[in-house]
Amino acid sequence: MAWTNIILQGALLGGLYALFAAGLSLMFGVMRLVNIAHGDLIVLAAYCALMVVQATGVHPLLSLVAVVPLMFALGYALQRGLLNFTLGHEILPPLLVTFGLSVIIQNALLEGFSADSRRLQAGALETASLRLGDQLAIGWLPAIVFLAAAVIIALLEVLLYRTPLGRAFRATSDDADTAQLYGVGIRHVFALATALALAVASVAGVLLAIRTNFDPSIGPARLLYAFEAVIIGGLGSLWGTLAGGVILGVAQSVGGALDPGWDILAGHLAFLLVLVIRPRGLFPKLVD
Amino acid sequence: MAAAWRIERSTAASRAALFAVALAFAALLALPARGDSGDLRLAVEICYSLALAQAWNLLAGYTGLVSVGQQAYVGLGGYAFFALTVLAGMPPLPSLALAGLVAAALALPTAFVVFRLHGAYFAIGTWVVAEVFRLLLAQMRPLGGGTGMSLPVAVVRDLAQSRGARDLITYYLGLGLGLGTVLLVFFWLRSRQGLALTAIRDSETAAASVGIDNRRTKFAVYAIAAGIAGLTGALAFLEKLRISPDAAFSVGDWTANVIFIVVIGGIGSIEGPILGTIVFFALRALLADYGAWYLITLGALAVAVMLLAPQGLWGVVARPLGLQFFPVQRRLRPLNSPQTAPEAASPGRGD
Amino acid sequence: MSLLETSGLAAFYGDFQALYGVDLHIEEGEAVAIIGANGAGKSTLLRAIAGQLRAPAEHVRFAGMPIGSLAPSRIVRLGVALVPEGRRLFSSLTVEENLQLGGQCGRRGPWTLDRIYRLFPMLAGRRRRPSTALSGGEQQMVAIGRALMANPRLLLCDEISLGLAPIVIRDIYAALPGIRAEGTTVLIVEQDTSRALGMADRVYCLQEGRVTLEGAPAELSRERIRLAYFGV
Ligand SMILES: Nc1ncnc2c1ncn2[C@@H]1O[C@H](COP(=O)(O)OP(=O)(O)OP(=O)(O)O)[C@@H](O)[C@H]1O
Ligand SMILES: [Mg+2]
Repeated sequence: MAWTNIILQGALLGGLYALFAAGLSLMFGVMRLVNIAHGDLIVLAAYCALMVVQATGVHPLLSLVAVVPLMFALGYALQRGLLNFTLGHEILPPLLVTFGLSVIIQNALLEGFSADSRRLQAGALETASLRLGDQLAIGWLPAIVFLAAAVIIALLEVLLYRTPLGRAFRATSDDADTAQLYGVGIRHVFALATALALAVASVAGVLLAIRTNFDPSIGPARLLYAFEAVIIGGLGSLWGTLAGGVILGVAQSVGGALDPGWDILAGHLAFLLVLVIRPRGLFPKLVD
Repeated sequence: MAAAWRIERSTAASRAALFAVALAFAALLALPARGDSGDLRLAVEICYSLALAQAWNLLAGYTGLVSVGQQAYVGLGGYAFFALTVLAGMPPLPSLALAGLVAAALALPTAFVVFRLHGAYFAIGTWVVAEVFRLLLAQMRPLGGGTGMSLPVAVVRDLAQSRGARDLITYYLGLGLGLGTVLLVFFWLRSRQGLALTAIRDSETAAASVGIDNRRTKFAVYAIAAGIAGLTGALAFLEKLRISPDAAFSVGDWTANVIFIVVIGGIGSIEGPILGTIVFFALRALLADYGAWYLITLGALAVAVMLLAPQGLWGVVARPLGLQFFPVQRRLRPLNSPQTAPEAASPGRGD
Repeated sequence: MSLLETSGLAAFYGDFQALYGVDLHIEEGEAVAIIGANGAGKSTLLRAIAGQLRAPAEHVRFAGMPIGSLAPSRIVRLGVALVPEGRRLFSSLTVEENLQLGGQCGRRGPWTLDRIYRLFPMLAGRRRRPSTALSGGEQQMVAIGRALMANPRLLLCDEISLGLAPIVIRDIYAALPGIRAEGTTVLIVEQDTSRALGMADRVYCLQEGRVTLEGAPAELSRERIRLAYFGV
């Protein structure tokens, strides 16, 4: 029963990792851009929520009403104003520009908020749990996080496969030059992809900030988890990314149960193992 | 007419550069006579930063391997040095050399895994690997676990009895590492493998079609860069006298700064990282009192350079003047009028 | 006023010049063919008109409006749609999605999904298939349908017979009268000279980036065409 519990907690944690990963995956899918600042943007969203909560006193989940549109707008501006200029045949510009961005965001947060650990207080939600049996209980919060991940991924799937915008995303991903021939303004489409990615990242950031402590330095680790979830799941498949997140979460939780120092390490090792035995991930869809 | 061309590498500028380098070298050799201990420490840091920058440039600028995980090998080198001296009781100098080898050797199995990823994914993959090493070393009790350990006085004494002598030894070691790396990269780029490297950078498929073994060249470069990082780690933590997983595997100290140096100075040339190192340390001295603003400025500068002048400051300065201090490219020039501005020929064409 | 007019149109790939001052005009309702050997610059010409290669604005006029410097996504909204060489369907989209994407630029007109399926009945049964699962001829139909969905006034077709069996080519060309009947003007690049002469009101011949011959098929002798085509 103890192990069931450990695996269940890990799987729920995986929902959060899938949320980290969905935006990264979307940006890569549409424009082959790997955003190294993704983790720091998640943390930035957490700080935005912190400011909203401090200014208005609303519940952290309610702060999403302000943070999501804010990050959406930031994403649009970031892509149109900066990242679009890095796209081309060379791999260095997008990589190094987003790497620079990561350092800039981290240090700006450090300057603005100090290195102190913060947390968003969610009141009763933090401790409430649902008993599933004698020794099995799941917290409401982890359950909500996982549900949010599943719902958001389902919505993204609907967007990608059932709407004109999603069609434009996929067509651009296949062949941006030809998509332009039929009226797809790719700069705008790229910007919308980044805007959406950051909107999802902001949900991830707020949920992260309710679940655990955060400080300006934790972005890169979130990037790595997101990246691992994407690669484990296989490029281009959002449900695969959710599965990748779950595998990562379970590996961490089982590793941590074996030895408290081994949780994160076990996650990384699971990722490297998948990389060695199935380099294209478990559920690949995209070629590239 | 066709015979009236001559292929050469050295130019007036490169001969002048050789002279300048010799002069600078003499000045550096003489530095300990004038500078105090703090100066020497700074000089060592400049030297190993230059070494890391050259190694990263070899990876990213010439081989297309954009790693953000070089801190893995700095950390491994540092820890190998501590393990060899403290646990195995080896004398410091051989341990230093061995630490570099250990890092290079560990790079090979690592390459086997991370080379499955390409482009930006390779970059993040190397970062994951560095994290794995950091977390593993944090689990090693004999090496101090998560809190790290100090270098015992006995080991320090083993290097040299007096503080002054130790400063001197680390200084010359640093100088050797910095200059040695520059020369290594220089001669490597002029060799057959060097040509292969440029070919890989310019097009992997083209290089493959003319029979250059991409994979072996990539493995070799990756291991060499790791070896240089390992030596850097050993030297840096010998000087700091203390090592911990967080310091040894810091992405900021050992990779971010190095990337900024190379990008700002100019990627894909030997001169770029040298210029970048100078700019980096000048900026650091200038902005020392501004805390996080210093790194924000540095990051913004690197972003601006990448977008506006991807060849870096060296490209901005040297391109219009046709300057090249380290002539790795062959130039084609007419024999009868050697003064005319040389046309840079594509490197593959020489020999 | 001509529907399309290029004057002194030049085009470059880096340092390489592919078009040297091309002058041509197309009237509303016409069918014009461009012939020429491999590498003559036919595709380049269509790509420059569609905006994939930028030129000075005045060098390309559409319905009197200078469009040479506009982005392709703007030009298609004005009513110029290209069926690109090699079809270039979106491989992760289904047949129907490829067609819908063509309609996404928002121009109104006679062409709807239903009309496309009536024009190419073979596609109707395959609408949910991935576009890559189709035969070459069917893929070409999708490519033409996708461009028609933009309801263009001017349809540019680049070698729609490329790599297809003669019987399939005949099917595809059979669709052209129906397209013209809607008032659409067509500019077609075709390597097969006799097919081009058979369908077009006027023909241009390109050679090494220059127009070497222009006229109605009836006016052109085999000899003149051969000379314009090969330059010997
Ligand atoms: N992307 C490109 N980069 C460089 N040169 C190009 C490119 N595309 C075409 N060219 C060159 O431009 C010239 C004209 O090419 P274009 O494709 O327009 O010819 P074409 O008449 O369409 O030939 P084909 O009948 O083979 O399709 C050729 O010499 C070709 O090599
Ligand atoms: Mg062509």
